[in-house]
Amino acid sequence: MSLKIIVLAKQVPDTRNVGKDAMKEDGTVNRAALPAIFNPEDLNALEQALRLKDEIPGSTVTLLTMGPPRAADIIREGLFRGADGGYLLTDRAFAGADTLATSYALHEAIKKIGQFDLIISGRQAIDGDTAQVGPQVAEKLGLSQITYAEEIQSVANGKITVKRRLEHGVEIVEGKMPILVTVNGSAPDCRPRNAKLIQKYKYAKTASEQQANDDAANSRSTRANAILGEWSATDVNADPKQCGLSGSPTKVKKIESVVFQAKESKTLDSSDQQIEELIVELITNHTIG
Amino acid sequence: MNNLFVYLEIENGKVEDVSLELLTKGRTLANQLKCQLEAVAVGSQLDNVGKQVFPYGVDVLHTFDDARLYPYTSLPHTSILVKLFEEEKPQIALMGATSIGRDLGPRVSSALFSGLTADCTSLEIGDHEEKKEGKTYTNLLYQIRPAFGGNIVATIINPDNRPQMATVREGVMKKEILDVNYQGKTVAHDAKQYVSDTDFAVSVIERHIEASKVNIKGAPIIVAGGYGIGSKENFQLLFDLANTIGAEVGASRAAVDAGYAEHERQIGQTGVTVRPKLYIACGISGQIQHIAGMQESSLIIAINNDPNAPINNIADYVITGDVETVVPKMIKYYKKNSK
Repeated sequence: MSLKIIVLAKQVPDTRNVGKDAMKEDGTVNRAALPAIFNPEDLNALEQALRLKDEIPGSTVTLLTMGPPRAADIIREGLFRGADGGYLLTDRAFAGADTLATSYALHEAIKKIGQFDLIISGRQAIDGDTAQVGPQVAEKLGLSQITYAEEIQSVANGKITVKRRLEHGVEIVEGKMPILVTVNGSAPDCRPRNAKLIQKYKYAKTASEQQANDDAANSRSTRANAILGEWSATDVNADPKQCGLSGSPTKVKKIESVVFQAKESKTLDSSDQQIEELIVELITNHTIG
Repeated sequence: MNNLFVYLEIENGKVEDVSLELLTKGRTLANQLKCQLEAVAVGSQLDNVGKQVFPYGVDVLHTFDDARLYPYTSLPHTSILVKLFEEEKPQIALMGATSIGRDLGPRVSSALFSGLTADCTSLEIGDHEEKKEGKTYTNLLYQIRPAFGGNIVATIINPDNRPQMATVREGVMKKEILDVNYQGKTVAHDAKQYVSDTDFAVSVIERHIEASKVNIKGAPIIVAGGYGIGSKENFQLLFDLANTIGAEVGASRAAVDAGYAEHERQIGQTGVTVRPKLYIACGISGQIQHIAGMQESSLIIAINNDPNAPINNIADYVITGDVETVVPKMIKYYKKNSK
């Protein structure tokens, strides 16, 4: 039984490598200074999908991402690693979406994709760390869910067996498909890009990227390119009231940059004398010992 | 109606600390709002839950006792909360930012179309003015959380939707008994009226849950290592120091991501928040997200070969030097001078 798998992936600012210019003077985030990357746990999710594809002949892996036009990179990246295709959901109507409005838009796009056996996504994205979108998409589609997956152990007879990695241990659970699975960072890393697939897909473009390319006077490449799916809110029949800011019950009241109160500190070097004095002081005032 | 609800996590009949911490915070917020604090226990053999939670000031405990409800699975617990919340219309619902709360919360919020804020580090009550619409909201829940890898702190509100939902990590709030003799009442619900057979779509085949071996949260002294430690092997040095002075070993997110230490040792906004009497930060540069989880330590010693490491700003003692040089000396001089 071949599987139709949808992988949800997000392009995120690389918040793990925040440089000095990442924050603007007014305390807001300077997104332009942060490199945009494939959300790390979504790569773990993609790997789980690709392993099932390797194992079960005829299976397909379709990526779905929502974001600005440049998020088409996410689909290309997935294709380079072995996915079969993908869709970019992009529309100004989605701007300012909280997790509920995001999951609403994604679930409409999944309905448009149609048939599937399995939806896999990363547990959470590093820009928000909420871990909400996966379960909310599942709820909106009326699907069951398995979160915190470390390994999809088997798929057989319409059932999936998954090892979950929890705070204090592991759980092996079995669920009926179709189902949504979110994958932990503790799962195996994603395979690297495949050179042949890079050749095959490096010119794959969305309709609007193709358009921009054609418009460019010095367009270098005129060869037929694979077209990546690109959908607007209207394309997926999304109700505008449930998208973006207006579909978001949570509002950001205030944003502050983080400033810690600096203390007056005493600086020591690593000489024996200074360290012994410190230790003796800590012992004398009963901080240690 | 309009009360504050806390979902209880229960493992082997014992209410988890994270839930007791939420009850403590919940009691304070309920007093401010002049409403009741209610708790929800979903599981099996819940007879001992009441005496564990009433001392925290719980006015009403809702129990749903059914053998199929333990261990936790997503759909049955979701169905119960959704239906209970539709009946009881809480203004606020809190749960732990754990693998259970973060699995359950989003589903419940999606079903009820109520906003949910994950991993809050502070919860307050306050007002809000929507200038465009000329509307004023009073007594909203301010859900305060870090975002963008901890570089900013956002205050989130849900002006129009109820319940206002939030999850909080273990160790962020303090656990404090209100009154050992506090009297609340128990309402035992018939779980079968709340779940359907189709909710049991996922079954737990095997389960190995161990009580955490690492007690970072309660440790009076913590020796923590960062990415600067360089390897898992080098972390052994920190264990040596910790064993010598009676400390627990912690780690920054970067060190955990690099595989130098286990996740349960992670300190910071995405790990545990700690308040020890002594915190020794070794090879930790001091990313905001780490500092947020340890800045309330009584005394902070930072060991770093970078004299400009941000952690130095909040340290009481800054030792500029290599961890490999300094830590063995600390062990040596502790042994020489103790007793």
